[in-house]
Amino acid sequence: MSEADIGALWVTLRLALTTTVILLLLGTPLAWWLSRTQCKTKVLIEALVAIPLVLPPTVLGFYLLIMLAPDGPIGALWQSVGGETLAFSFSGLVIGSVLYSLPFVVQPLQIAFTNIGNHYLEAASTLRASPLNCFFTLVVPLAKPGFITAATLGFAHTIGEFGVVLMIGGNIPGETQVLSIAIYDHVESLEYANAHILSGGLLVFSLVVLILVYGLNRQSPLNGRYR
Amino acid sequence: MSQAIHFQFKVVRKEFSLNASATIPGQGVTALFGRSGSGKTTLLRALAGLEPEVEGELVVGEQQWLHSAQGINLPIHQRAIGYVFQETALFPHLRTEQNLLFGWQRTAEKDRRHNPPQVIESLGLAPLLKRYPHQLSGGEKQRVAIGRALLNSPQLLLMDEPMAALDRQRKREIMPYLERLHAEAKIPILYVTHDLEELVQIADHLLLMDQGEIIKSGPIEILLADSSLPIAQDEDAGALIKTTLTAQDEHYLLSELSFSGGTITVGQVNQPIGSEIRIRIHAKDVSLALQPPLESSVLNVVKCRITGITPQGQSRVIVSMDAAGSPLLSRITQKSADRLALREGCEIYAQIKSVALHS
Repeated sequence: MSEADIGALWVTLRLALTTTVILLLLGTPLAWWLSRTQCKTKVLIEALVAIPLVLPPTVLGFYLLIMLAPDGPIGALWQSVGGETLAFSFSGLVIGSVLYSLPFVVQPLQIAFTNIGNHYLEAASTLRASPLNCFFTLVVPLAKPGFITAATLGFAHTIGEFGVVLMIGGNIPGETQVLSIAIYDHVESLEYANAHILSGGLLVFSLVVLILVYGLNRQSPLNGRYR
Repeated sequence: MSQAIHFQFKVVRKEFSLNASATIPGQGVTALFGRSGSGKTTLLRALAGLEPEVEGELVVGEQQWLHSAQGINLPIHQRAIGYVFQETALFPHLRTEQNLLFGWQRTAEKDRRHNPPQVIESLGLAPLLKRYPHQLSGGEKQRVAIGRALLNSPQLLLMDEPMAALDRQRKREIMPYLERLHAEAKIPILYVTHDLEELVQIADHLLLMDQGEIIKSGPIEILLADSSLPIAQDEDAGALIKTTLTAQDEHYLLSELSFSGGTITVGQVNQPIGSEIRIRIHAKDVSLALQPPLESSVLNVVKCRITGITPQGQSRVIVSMDAAGSPLLSRITQKSADRLALREGCEIYAQIKSVALHS
């Protein structure tokens, strides 16, 4: 692999990891709220979360580009509090990835939280567990498969992202050039050998990750096969 | 310390409303009895704090747990309760041991009333400690759930049809533990059931519920023998009488039980003289006569006064009677009632064909 490819690999992994951590932190409370609320705005929020599933990534990227530009609403705000330029930067990529991969984290978590049902939580609350204590001693272990799925899908989906990155990240080696873009570049310049290495690597990686997730999730505390 | 509980609840929902108030004695088992949908579980949940929309008051001992008008509503996790759910709700990712200690570990040391080894011993849980809930039978799960609730050091134990999901065999297995709990627990127990047999075995007091209201409350002996109440219409209706074992007949292998209305002879009971024994006399096993029967195979005849007659369907009547302070029920045909010209205040002889014993 060329130095540029290794650089792209690092950017990609850094981006995926940062995005996954942020998504778990933001997605967990959001998914919890969605799984418990009776509120009417729930449907709207659910639809907004799911939008990246159906929207062409270029559309999302286009709006993000406008928002993140130095004179865009988010870009200007960010710079007014002392941040760097968001468009064509790693931070901008993180923001784009968080939005783009949101449903892949929120939806598995929401399903896992819904499946727990209320009766374990009610039982725990009658046993002197505060709501926060319930969450960490019951919800987190019982929703473990959901967390694993959410983290993996969020991570893997960010690695495979192309359209959004192309629109808002550009192609700056070592800063915003990710693997999928590097592959595109290789193919454009007819460097098929390099493209093969990166593409094959991504294919194997994705397969291994998914096998691991499905394997781990066979043992769920809720389906009675826990040990 | 008096732990009497007073509540007054109001829950209004589209399809159901609860409007109930009562005082529960500070000790013993109070059964909540009524048809399904009568609000028993909602009332229990309101006591626990699990019904967010409840309004009213709840006083447990000296503490005010709920007072809507003053804006007091103690959060669930701060109420010292034990709640045994019908479906047990044991935490599936925790072993029996960790399930048992869940509440205990969260109870301040000074508030702990039971110690784990004792509870494990009295509920026979030692062989189950290392197992996960899915490795337990229904009866075992329920015992763990009871242990878990007790180790939470409750001031009030709430049990929501703990036996409803169990078959007859498992029920028989768990009953001795419940009776022991009844005898040893020094806290009020509220027990929801719609099974009359269960009720008779375990309860001291009764709250009768119908359509979200408490229609009657009182000691179980009195309510069971009230012909005007819906339980008297049950196929297994009957009176419950507290007796004392007074004599043993070694020749015929019989025992003599005394109560306010006289004595009753039953098959030999292997307990010391002076033991207190609760007996159940089903209404269907009591026939009535105006004169003391002189020659009859029925050994037990008790003189009573009729306190009420309630028709049951077209052809039968339920007669409630008082035998010098002890209640009795009889179910006879309308025809017999007419022939004997029974009415309230009549003196009558009740012939008891069969007696069920409860320790």
